[in-house]
Amino acid sequence: MRALLLRDLRLALRAGGGFGLGLAFFLILAVLVPLGVGPEPDTLALIAPGILWVGALLACLLSLDRIFALDFEDGSLDLLATAPVPLEAVVSIKALAHWITTGLPLVLVSPVLGLLLFLPAEAYGWLILSLLLGTPALSVIGSFGAALTVGLKRGGLLLSLLVLPLYIPTLVFGAEVVSRGTQGLTVGTPLALLAGITAGAVALLPFASALVLRINLR
Amino acid sequence: MASFWEYANPLKFMRTTDWLLPVVAWAAVIVTAVGLIWGFFFTPDDFRQGSTVKIIFLHVPSALMAINAWIMMLVASLIWLIRRHHVSALAAKAAAPVGVIMTLIGLITGAVWGQPMWGTWWAWDPRLTSFLILFLFYLGYIALWAAIDDPDTAADLTAVLCLVGSVFALLSRYAAFFWSQGLHQGASLSLAPGTRIDWAYKAPLYISMTGFGLIFLALVIAGTRTEIRARRMKALVARERMA
Amino acid sequence: MMPDLGRYFLEVTLAYGVSLGLLAVLALWVWLRGRAVRRALDEFENSRGKNG
Repeated sequence: MRALLLRDLRLALRAGGGFGLGLAFFLILAVLVPLGVGPEPDTLALIAPGILWVGALLACLLSLDRIFALDFEDGSLDLLATAPVPLEAVVSIKALAHWITTGLPLVLVSPVLGLLLFLPAEAYGWLILSLLLGTPALSVIGSFGAALTVGLKRGGLLLSLLVLPLYIPTLVFGAEVVSRGTQGLTVGTPLALLAGITAGAVALLPFASALVLRINLR
Repeated sequence: MASFWEYANPLKFMRTTDWLLPVVAWAAVIVTAVGLIWGFFFTPDDFRQGSTVKIIFLHVPSALMAINAWIMMLVASLIWLIRRHHVSALAAKAAAPVGVIMTLIGLITGAVWGQPMWGTWWAWDPRLTSFLILFLFYLGYIALWAAIDDPDTAADLTAVLCLVGSVFALLSRYAAFFWSQGLHQGASLSLAPGTRIDWAYKAPLYISMTGFGLIFLALVIAGTRTEIRARRMKALVARERMA
Repeated sequence: MMPDLGRYFLEVTLAYGVSLGLLAVLALWVWLRGRAVRRALDEFENSRGKNG
């Protein structure tokens, strides 16, 4: 299991592995929004939580098809499916690797981008916390979508159509935590719901993903 | 090679629907026509909403069927995953386009109604938002069916997507109500469900709802028959190639 | 014959027109596709029946 995780991390970090692509996309989005909306700090501060969350969502989406596609093409996914390790665990490990290479870096650079968007000072803590809690769900849900579309030639576009609606609850509660936190309101409820969605997705979705992968490998 | 269920069940379905489909289809046309003609021509104007109240005879039945179609797809997907009845999977596939159109009618009539009443075509009201989200789920489901060649793989994958999607659609609905509450009072925009409606409106409304239900049933039966034939065609072609 | 719809004439007729139009398109699509698939299957089975 640890070997698999290390292997996936190494593959992602290697040149051409797509690491950093999501980060670059996140940065570009944070630059494009002020250019489109205008430079007024008040407006930007108002929409910053939503922009950062939507940006994290889309950046996450970019690298999803890589979770299984390469292993499917060279046949190593068949080997993993017949390995003594349960496929559910393999799926979880791959989602974890995706989160470490995509979700975690997004969390780490989000304060910098918050600076660009004039995010109010009291929002930073909530932004980091909500992203930290929410991005694992994005990786796990995304790996389900990737498993669904793994056998398809041009699955990329379909993948986003399937996955983005599934991201809606995470996005709503995540952005709500930040905007409520900024206004000084209580954030307990959305925070608990966000954590609940992540916990539920991490616990249950790998089973659905493994089921779907077995169907696709049949 | 072919199992008993693979042929017996679709055959029985085809034989039953041979006579059932025309009956349901004509009933759908007649009942819907009665409900809508009554609603359009013979209902009084509301003192507050004027003649726009007549849109209710389209709006409520289509919205109802949009949700029912998804529930039917969910049940059919479960039956397929557990019992492996092919008719069930194909019925779920046939229901999706009908559900999309019902959702679209619900959204459009809602917008046309909202324009004069609320002064806006669209509001990010939780009900409207969750309907738009339902529309997106339908699109994803249909796109996945269309993308996969092998019929059994497609049936399996879309069934799992339908199950997972249902959970997330419910979560999204809950999230939409939560989110809109956080920004503004949503209740002032939507019709309160407890409002008393006069029988002058209720009778044609119930008739239209029945009519839309029958339309849905007729179209799903017709679509399922088509899918069964398409499936048989595919199997025959495949066997030809093997021989 | 036409009821007096007052100043909301456009909205109400638009709603009815668009909805019935969408339903008609859907029904037509289901029917045409059904007919095409049925004909293709009939043709296929007939040709096979003659050959063996």
